[in-house]
Amino acid sequence: MNLDLIFQVLGVCVVASPSLLLAIIGLMALGGRPLGERLLTRLTAAAVVFGMAAAFAILVLMLATGVRHVAIDLGDWVSIPQQHFHFHWKFMFDRLSVPFTILSFALCGTVGAFASRYLHREPGFHRFFVSYALFLLGMVISSLAGTIETLFLGWEFVGLSSALLVAFFHERPSPVRNGLRVWCVYRIADAAFLVAALALHHLTGGGDFDGLIGAGAWPEGHASISPSHALFVGALLLIAAAGKSGLLPFSGWLPRAMEGPTPSSAVFYGALSVHLGAYLLLRVSPMLELSPLLCAAVVVLGISSAIFGALTERVQTDVKSALAFASLTQVGIIVAEIGFGLRYIPLIHIIGHACLRTLQILRSPSLLYDYQQIENAIGSHLPHEASIWRRIVPPSVRAWTYRFAYERGYLDAILDDFIVRPLLGVFRWCDRMERRWTSFLSGSEAADAERNRPAESPLGWNGPQGVESPDQETGALETGSPDQESHETGVPKPGASPRGGFSASEDAAQVEDRS
Amino acid sequence: MPHLHLPWLELSVLIPLLGAVYLGLLKSREAAYRHCIVLCGLTLFCAVGEWIDFGVLHAFEAYDQWDLFGVVLHQHLFVVDELSAPLLPLAALLYLMTVMSTLRTKLNRFSFAWALFSEAILLATLSCREPSVIIALMAVATVPPWIEMRSRGHSTRVYSWHMGLFVLLLTGGWLLSPAAAPGPGEAVAITTLLAGAMLTAAALLRSGIVPVHCWMTDLFEKATFGTALLYVAPMTGAYVVMRIVLPIAPSWALHSIAIVSLITAVYAAGMALVQTDARRFYCYLFLSHSSLVLVGLELVTPIGLTGALCVWLSVGLSLGGFGLSLRCVEARMGKISLKRFLGLYDHSPTLAVLFLITGLASIGFPGTIGFIGAELLVEGAVGVYPLVGFAVVLAAALNGIAVMWVYFRIFTGAVHTAPLSLSVRPVERIAVLILAALIIGGGLVPQPGVASRYHAAVELMRRRGDAPTEASVEHAAVSWFPQRPTIALETAPEQTRP
Repeated sequence: MNLDLIFQVLGVCVVASPSLLLAIIGLMALGGRPLGERLLTRLTAAAVVFGMAAAFAILVLMLATGVRHVAIDLGDWVSIPQQHFHFHWKFMFDRLSVPFTILSFALCGTVGAFASRYLHREPGFHRFFVSYALFLLGMVISSLAGTIETLFLGWEFVGLSSALLVAFFHERPSPVRNGLRVWCVYRIADAAFLVAALALHHLTGGGDFDGLIGAGAWPEGHASISPSHALFVGALLLIAAAGKSGLLPFSGWLPRAMEGPTPSSAVFYGALSVHLGAYLLLRVSPMLELSPLLCAAVVVLGISSAIFGALTERVQTDVKSALAFASLTQVGIIVAEIGFGLRYIPLIHIIGHACLRTLQILRSPSLLYDYQQIENAIGSHLPHEASIWRRIVPPSVRAWTYRFAYERGYLDAILDDFIVRPLLGVFRWCDRMERRWTSFLSGSEAADAERNRPAESPLGWNGPQGVESPDQETGALETGSPDQESHETGVPKPGASPRGGFSASEDAAQVEDRS
Repeated sequence: MPHLHLPWLELSVLIPLLGAVYLGLLKSREAAYRHCIVLCGLTLFCAVGEWIDFGVLHAFEAYDQWDLFGVVLHQHLFVVDELSAPLLPLAALLYLMTVMSTLRTKLNRFSFAWALFSEAILLATLSCREPSVIIALMAVATVPPWIEMRSRGHSTRVYSWHMGLFVLLLTGGWLLSPAAAPGPGEAVAITTLLAGAMLTAAALLRSGIVPVHCWMTDLFEKATFGTALLYVAPMTGAYVVMRIVLPIAPSWALHSIAIVSLITAVYAAGMALVQTDARRFYCYLFLSHSSLVLVGLELVTPIGLTGALCVWLSVGLSLGGFGLSLRCVEARMGKISLKRFLGLYDHSPTLAVLFLITGLASIGFPGTIGFIGAELLVEGAVGVYPLVGFAVVLAAALNGIAVMWVYFRIFTGAVHTAPLSLSVRPVERIAVLILAALIIGGGLVPQPGVASRYHAAVELMRRRGDAPTEASVEHAAVSWFPQRPTIALETAPEQTRP
């Protein structure tokens, strides 16, 4: 058996294991015969171990033989040769994708094992693992994608599973609103990604990364498009990356995502999903090098997101939100590193940060218990020393900064007030006019139209006049107005989720500690 | 021109037609329901048989075997070609699914006899290429929803005005066209321009293009969900465009239609976001998607047209299923308000999954049947006007948000306590599984469908005079009727797929 064939077989195994997992779990659920907890857990573990073993084997073979770039070509998914249109199934194993894939398997495996106990006898146990399998498949496909359309496929899987898992505790409206919020941001990011993919198709005649970044092994490739085109496509990809990684101005969804169960929060928004944007930028890094302006934009976006995350993290009143913004800080730094032209450092940074953050979030539910144990042991509260900033920064600036961080930079409010609300206002006005028109044609009275008028936006905003409707229990995107539950902080309601956050008293304790 | 091995087309029209008469005589609604399922199943069987038979022939078009109408009228009335071949089983499937998913509590509201009659008219329309017959059938098809609205005591004025205008424009346009009344080219220039404009306006009206779309929301509010769904889901407006407008309209006119359709797609996607009633929401969602199909059809590029034909099928299937799942929920819960969370997931998870799968397929989510079609459509649009491509992406993004929003509204966000079981019945589960298999299967193995649609697109363009070169576009642009449309089947050259 020659080396190429071995690589082919192993490469297919890496992708096939999560695919099979999803197919089995999904089909059984669809057929009304969901798997039992134990079988489901074992199946998940087997798929993860099998996939990771194959990925490890490829890594070992690559190290042993010195091969730096392995392409697994599965042929055309769709092809119209006369029009030079094809969707190519191609997976790439190189110094970027292999570590990221192994990281994905390792963290997903850890979280899968954790979740099987954490969610034991939870009504949504099976639903969680369906989304989990979709996420794992999405991550593996995204990591190994050799064409931009393959990457888009995985990208979308990750987005869907994320939204569904944020809304996992779907008996309450708050997680659902937050899930929708995440989905909305992802759709915007995906739209930018799709346009970028189409632009690449036009510029390079296909979506193959080899055509875009040259045939050289990552990171030595050289992009084959002009700087102006690189700027255009790169800017779109930067928007996509910002949406997926929660960079400015899309950071508002990160703490909302913590409404999901702790295992998914850990692996998605602390470890893998949040790094996917940075991974995308690393993958197309040869293109970034063509445009200094683009590199500068990446650096500015990364640094501003890092500063924003660092400020906001300090005033969060629940540990998962604090960790979410701490993740944003690190991701911002990683993005800035990419903008500065570094390649291996950001990759190492991603791996280290993902592992650390997963551990922190998985530990977070028992953190307060640990603190209380310590305080009980010493008989008093833990000592807190005043920060150096307290002595340096004037009180007025501190107050302003605190308010800014507390309101999360007013990002959600700005997006809601200046983009979403006016847009929906226009459509609501059109809706009213249409109803009047049909009432007029029907011969019914104008009052009929008024009676039928929507009293409030289904997406949660009040009317353009800002009048609240009596039955305002809507929400969806309005979660933008940081939650019905906690209007002041915009954080997910403390204690709202049995798994997703701490109780009010615990939050109060945290605030006291921080003060 | 080759013949099908059996008279599939005639059978697929006659079975529901005779069935409608039979069901009209039945007293028992329960028996009518059971028999209707059987008749719809038989019709679907014939439609699928036609599709397979046609595929075996490897031809662009084929006549029916033992053509009864051909003997009587000395003309082949029913012809299947690559455009209509998959549309027939799709339409028959929609009818079968709709009938199957009708709850017993709704048997008195939904007329099975009229449903079968509508199915016969629809299948006849899709099997026909003769414009005058298509126009007549389209006019007849407007009657059953009107009768239903009347019988339910609702005002039919909005529907009557719009459909009356539609029939008027269609008939007038056809009568003025040189194909119906040939004359010297220069003398009839203005008349032909007027005729083309009238036909186009009729097709746009039937497709619900803004601002003549209000009849659609009115229909969804006043007719039963099943009737409204079956009236719009097969997209016969787009079929009129393909059969009557596309062969004769110049490129500039088609591109103008594409722009209008694009505006409708974005507008309807936005309107879907502010609806508080599930039926109106579905109507706008469907309108947005059907407008996207029109955008692709009017781009008249091989990729764009292929994408539009793919999206036509995927939207018909996915939004048909989406509508049926909404209908199932409505049958259990009454009229669905989107003002509050309903939290139905725990009661009917299968329905929730179907809702999500069909909704995602409609927006072109990867791995579903809509993905490749949507990609081709956007690719084709970007190739003609880059801004059009961006607008298509914007519409798709808004639709995606709308679908997920309604999913969350209906199935999550609350704990619903119901004294009765709301879970799906076995027959509904079968429908769900069939739809899910088609949507996911079509998404995982899209190449055969895309190849077939591409071939159809190229052939349609060749007949129009746009393929293989663009040279004929300039010629086509000077007049609405640069050539007599190839209506008479005898004039169509025999084409064999390579």
